[in-house]
Amino acid sequence: MATVADSLGSLTSAPRTSLWQESFRRFTKHRLAMVGAVVLFTMVVAVVAGPFIYRVPIDEIDFKSKLQSPSWTHPFGTDDLGQDVLARMLYGGRISLAVGIASMLIAISIGVLIGAIAGHLGGVVDNVLMRITDLFISLPGLPLLLLIMYLFRDTLKKLFGPEAGVFLLIVAVIGGLRWMVVARLVRAQFLSLREKEFVEAARSLGARPLREVWRHILPNAMGPVIVAATIDVAAAIIAESSLSFLGLGFPPDIPSWGRILYDAKDNLEFAPHWALIPGTAIFLTVLSISYIGDGLRDALDPRKVLGGK
Amino acid sequence: MSKYVIRRLLIMVPVLMGISLVLFTILALAPGDPFEELATNPNVPPEVRANLRAKFGLDDPIAVRYLRWVTAMVKGDWGFSFVSRVNVDELILQRLPVSLFVLGSAQVLGILVALPIGTMSALRPYSWFDQISTTLAFVGFSLPTFFTGLVFILVFSIWLDWLPFIYRADISTSGWRWYWDHLRQALMPIAVLGLFQGATLTRFMRSAVLDVIRLDYVNTARAKGLSEKTTIMKHVVRNALIPVVTLLSLQVPAVFGGAIITEQIFRVPGIGSLLISSILANDTPVVMAITFVLTALVLISSLAADIVYAVLDPRISYN
Repeated sequence: MATVADSLGSLTSAPRTSLWQESFRRFTKHRLAMVGAVVLFTMVVAVVAGPFIYRVPIDEIDFKSKLQSPSWTHPFGTDDLGQDVLARMLYGGRISLAVGIASMLIAISIGVLIGAIAGHLGGVVDNVLMRITDLFISLPGLPLLLLIMYLFRDTLKKLFGPEAGVFLLIVAVIGGLRWMVVARLVRAQFLSLREKEFVEAARSLGARPLREVWRHILPNAMGPVIVAATIDVAAAIIAESSLSFLGLGFPPDIPSWGRILYDAKDNLEFAPHWALIPGTAIFLTVLSISYIGDGLRDALDPRKVLGGK
Repeated sequence: MSKYVIRRLLIMVPVLMGISLVLFTILALAPGDPFEELATNPNVPPEVRANLRAKFGLDDPIAVRYLRWVTAMVKGDWGFSFVSRVNVDELILQRLPVSLFVLGSAQVLGILVALPIGTMSALRPYSWFDQISTTLAFVGFSLPTFFTGLVFILVFSIWLDWLPFIYRADISTSGWRWYWDHLRQALMPIAVLGLFQGATLTRFMRSAVLDVIRLDYVNTARAKGLSEKTTIMKHVVRNALIPVVTLLSLQVPAVFGGAIITEQIFRVPGIGSLLISSILANDTPVVMAITFVLTALVLISSLAADIVYAVLDPRISYN
């Protein structure tokens, strides 16, 4: 964000750096955020490239080697059908991360749109939109998610096939129930930014409303939105895992991390590794994202002194 | 104060209506017909089916159906469970106390953990105590409840064999033994939920205390000779609690989500596990009623938070 402190920061540090470079520099100073970024990056590379290198099928049933602990042939052990857990983890990671990112994009798009309209137009529109936002905030997320999954799952499966149907439904519903914080943030930013001199200058130079919003207000309102977006990815991953863990997310042939955990929970006594591996994966992903979010918050908000660099 | 509460209650009416509208829309948009089974049954002639549809008003305009549904919901006429063969309201009333007990204790545990730890970390920022508690808080809220629950079962029930991992409503012992058994089985669900909640709250509390501690009135309080304890308790913590209560009320829907998962893991016979089993058994009246009850509980909790808010910050009631 363009604040006085920020421009002062870039003045004193020679050679001159742009606002984003400066933010990046601050981010790299947040040690735990950097660790989080490295861990998350490693996991993303693993799930994207992993299945090309580790070519064990995810659904090869072998009852002779069921519920085995980790070994050289099965680095993460096997499940109750003798399927290789590592292969399933790599495949499931793609799904879990894809759900996280897609839901976040939906939530951010809706949130920015509603927040921008409310903040820019103000008046009655603002009032109505904010009441709708309040309404959505008081909806109980998980029960509603379960209800919608229950009512619409079969239809979407028929329309788009089991994998795409469930994916679309989960992503749409998680995204559709998580935009409220972003909408409020964007609205608050708009309310303060539209009174600022540089926006007034743009307006008096004849910038049309759309250009004023797109070029001048929105880029300056992005800081908190980026932080919220990071947190939303983690929240969406947890939401999907919760759904799958309750048996209402992905079907068993699509092993998302939550689904693997769901299948593993009844064999905790005989094969603890089977549950601990996906659980740890979810935990590490969420923890990394939380630290990255924390680092971004400090990097993008120079006014926050006490929060630490 | 009472005026403020009444105004808050009045604001709840449109919110409740809005939520009921959302729920009803979801239900109305959902594919599938409650009389589908009759349609495929060759023994039921089409006229009977049409009569039934007319009797239950399925062919009425949507506004009429909404009004009828809302009045039935408000009157407590929530229908009949297909699976349990009892009225839905009875079923829910049976299950609700256990849920409220676990949820309430967890919330208390969370607050008891978070307030002192959050305040202490903020009083000495970047000390080793702060570093450790901040790290633990991060770990705590990044651990999803379903995973903590499984790890607890693995450690305390399977490896150490200290606690039972199935919650039983019908414990045969009596007297003190009965209380002890109840407490023992409730320990893990309460701990899982409470620690998760505590982790989030600790972070809220830490940053809220950090925000107030440097303000002038705190210096004034110290300068006029108040003891450090009075300064912290009466001036810092009380004011820091104001934003925390707001965040707490925004947190309530998430808490209910966590409760559903926890009940499912430990098989606590509360409304969360009833919701899941009803969904799996296609028991629509129960599913709808529980969603409605949970929504109402969320609203009641946020109302409670608003009242606490007004108590903490007297300025609120004046405008």
